[in-house]
Order: sequence, then structure tokens, then C-alpha cells
Amino acid sequence: MASYSTNEFKAGLKVMLDNDPCAIVENEFVKPGKGQAFNRVKIRNLKTGRVIERTFKSGDSLEGADVVDVGMQYLYNDGEFRHFMVPDTFEQYQADEKAVGEATNWLKDQDSCTVTLWNDVPLSVTPANFVELAITQTDPGVRGDTSGGGGKPATLETGAVVRVPLFVQIGEVIKVDTRTGEYVSRVKD
Amino acid sequence: MLQAIRQFFAERAVLEVETPLLCHGSGTDPQLNFFTTEFSFPPEQQTLFLQTSPEFAMKRLLAAGSGCIFQICKAFRNAENGRYHNPEFTLLEWYRVGFTLADLMDEITDLITFLFKDRLTLQAAQYFTYQDIFARHTGLDALAFDYSAYCAYAEEARLPDAITLCGQDHVLWLDFLFSHQVQPHLGHNALCLIYGYPACQSSLARINQYNASITDRVEIFINGVELGNGYYELTDADEQEKRFTNELKIRQQLNHAVARDDRLIAALKAGMPDCAGMAIGLDRLLMILSGSPSINDVLAFPIADA
Repeated sequence: MASYSTNEFKAGLKVMLDNDPCAIVENEFVKPGKGQAFNRVKIRNLKTGRVIERTFKSGDSLEGADVVDVGMQYLYNDGEFRHFMVPDTFEQYQADEKAVGEATNWLKDQDSCTVTLWNDVPLSVTPANFVELAITQTDPGVRGDTSGGGGKPATLETGAVVRVPLFVQIGEVIKVDTRTGEYVSRVKD
Repeated sequence: MLQAIRQFFAERAVLEVETPLLCHGSGTDPQLNFFTTEFSFPPEQQTLFLQTSPEFAMKRLLAAGSGCIFQICKAFRNAENGRYHNPEFTLLEWYRVGFTLADLMDEITDLITFLFKDRLTLQAAQYFTYQDIFARHTGLDALAFDYSAYCAYAEEARLPDAITLCGQDHVLWLDFLFSHQVQPHLGHNALCLIYGYPACQSSLARINQYNASITDRVEIFINGVELGNGYYELTDADEQEKRFTNELKIRQQLNHAVARDDRLIAALKAGMPDCAGMAIGLDRLLMILSGSPSINDVLAFPIADA
């Protein structure tokens, strides 16, 4: 893998730091007029998701990380691993709970999502920004309620719980924003 | 802004001068990188440098008896590019014969007040010694290097990189901690002048006559941005030669180009009057005046578009 100098640290660049794959978030060149030049770098650990701040001497370099985002289709859960497939090549990958993380709330069979691979092993899974899921459990709505005001919890087919307007019923399919976990709208058949 | 600067110095009878941007030698500052270019005049071929500041040329004028002088010019520093850095930038540099550091600091305050008048309201100027401000923000003594205390502070401030990067290098520690922990807090809507730099960071400044551990150097900041640097100038040729030789050794270790300016030493030997000099980065000053977050916002064509 190539190595990258601090001058090449751009947001999104994937590098290895302390043996973990990381993504550069922000890079600021700091140089006292008469002093040593530093780069203050905000960097996200792709394993933990945590953002940390580090300082390098300008010109120092880090090893690049073999990290790629691949669009895949979610296949099934075998109890221990979740299985994904690259639609073009039918290549399959299995990801453990740690890699799937929060995405588990939004993954339905056949859905497409983005799997981040590190050295060809799933590191994390990002669901589509919007997913459509059926409601399996919620309190019955009261006739005459409109969308304004209030709301109630509803359990979705994946097990996730979101707040929905009072008029939404069991069996209906709703659109959810996976970044915020919020209800967007009902989906008409 | 340029007009206001010229008016300010005209009223004080300071002469505007021009000196070459292309020089046969250049500064020896260990942390500055030069641009080099080839002067081709067959059969002669000579490597020339773009100045990192007009300091040496202006000092030669002072030694030749110019009296008080100022200059607005381009300066070039290689390998510097960022939110506050463009490799080509504009400097205001001036020298006042007979001034001490205290006189110079008064004049800096007057100039900044004059330039900001009717544009941006600043609070009263703040004056701190390096040692005081360093202790206030880090609790450490900048003048006495205590490795274990510095390391303990770095751990506590969650800057473990400092320990690996700086090791036993006191100067590097000061650069690191000052730029990370002190500078961002300096001069909130006010001009902040830091003086009495540790002797190890003296460059071309004179060592203080009463306290050999500090140097007569001043730096100015507004809103955490470093704007300029000034000295009560070193006029002792032997001392200057010694520092040059020292810095050249460091440059060689860092694999930076080495080109000593013996003409400055010669000028100092001939006798440079006691004086104080200051340089201010005008692009950054314009950033502050216009509230711009990046130097690119105040340049017609930043380096990427030049």
C-alpha cells in the first residue's frame, strides 16, 4: 500500500494509524513563523467510529489503508453472521455483529446497502439513507387524528422502534431515515 | 490598507525602500525552506534564492546609513500551504533606528490601532511575557526545561503525540505546546503582544541585557492568529556569525538547502546602528480585517490558481 504525506491528508483519505484503519476528517497546517511545522489532524477510527485528534510533524507520512466501500445486497442472517452479496459478481461476504452495528436496525432481506471492506473483510455496514419497512406492532390509532402533534412508538419488521404519527396502523409500510432513525412518510402500495 | 500603512510611516518620516526579491544567499532559519531559481547568463550559471523576508537586505541598508526604513514586498516560503499559509505572501517590514523593543511595541500598537480605526473595533492591546502566558495556559515554565513535567502535562492535556515528536528537544516542545495550547487563546478581539521569548528561540534578536535566559523578541496575535514578529536587533557580527554557523548545522541535519549570507555579516562588521525591526504578514491582517476564515479568501489567485 502506498504511504501518504501530511500534505496529502484530505478529508476521506484512508490510512493506518496504530494498526487500525482510519479516515481523515480534517487536516490543519500549523506553523509558527519561526518554528516547526505541524499538522493537526482529526481522524476517525473506522473500527470504533471514534474521532480523535492527532498531531504530526509536517512531511511525516502514514501507510494507506486498503479500505473500500462496496455496494452490496443483504441476503440473510444465520444467527452468527449476516451475509451480503455483490450483485455484479455474486461474491459473498459475511459480517459479524460488531461490523454490522447499528445497521442491524434497518437491514431487510434483499435490501441494498454499503459494506466497507478492510483488507477484503467487512469493517462496517451503512444502510441506504432511506429504507421502507413494515410495522409489526403499534397501538391502534384513534379515528380523526391527523398527522399534527404527538405520535406513538411502532415496532418494525427488523425489530427497530421508531416514533410514528397516530394514524399509522399495523401492517402498513413506512419510509424511515436511517441517519436519524426518524419516520418520513407512509408508503402507498 | 496599503495606503494607510504608507501614510502612517510617511507621518513618522520613515523612508520606503525596495530591495531585491532574488538573492545570492538567504536566511539560515532552520525551519524555513527556500525557493531556488537559476540565473543563466552564459557562460555563467548561478543559483539564486527568492527571499523568505527582506530582513538581510534591509539590514545592509541600515548599516550603510539609510536611517529608518520600511518596505511592503512579496516574500516566499517553500513547503508552506494551509488555511493561514500561502507560499507567496505580502510582508510589511520596518526598522527604527534608536528604538528599543518597548518603543517598537508602542509603535506596533499605534499602527494596528490606526489600521483598524473605522473598520473593526478592537479591545485594548494586551501585553504578556512568553513565560507568563505559557505558565497561564500550561502551568509549565517555558524557560526551564523539565522533561518529566512537560511529559506529565502532555498526558494530562491529551497530547501524547508531543512526547514522541519532541523527545528531549526543548525548542520543539515550546513550538508544539505554544501552537496547540497557548496561541489559540491569544488576542480575542484584541491585539496581543508576547515578548521576552526564551533565549533558545532568539533567531536574530538580541539577548536581554538584564536576563540572559530571555531574548528581546516580540510576536503579535489577534484572534489566535500569528501576525508578525519583531526584534531588538542583534548588531554583534561575531554573535550573529556564531548563530548562523549553529543554524546551518541544524539545517544540514534537516537536509535543507544551505546558503549563508556573508554580506550581512560584513555589513554588521561595518557597523549596524542600534535598531528595532518588525515584520507583519499583510494577507493575514487582511483576513482579520475582513473576517475571512482562509488566506485564500484574501488572495486574488491563491497558489492553486496562480
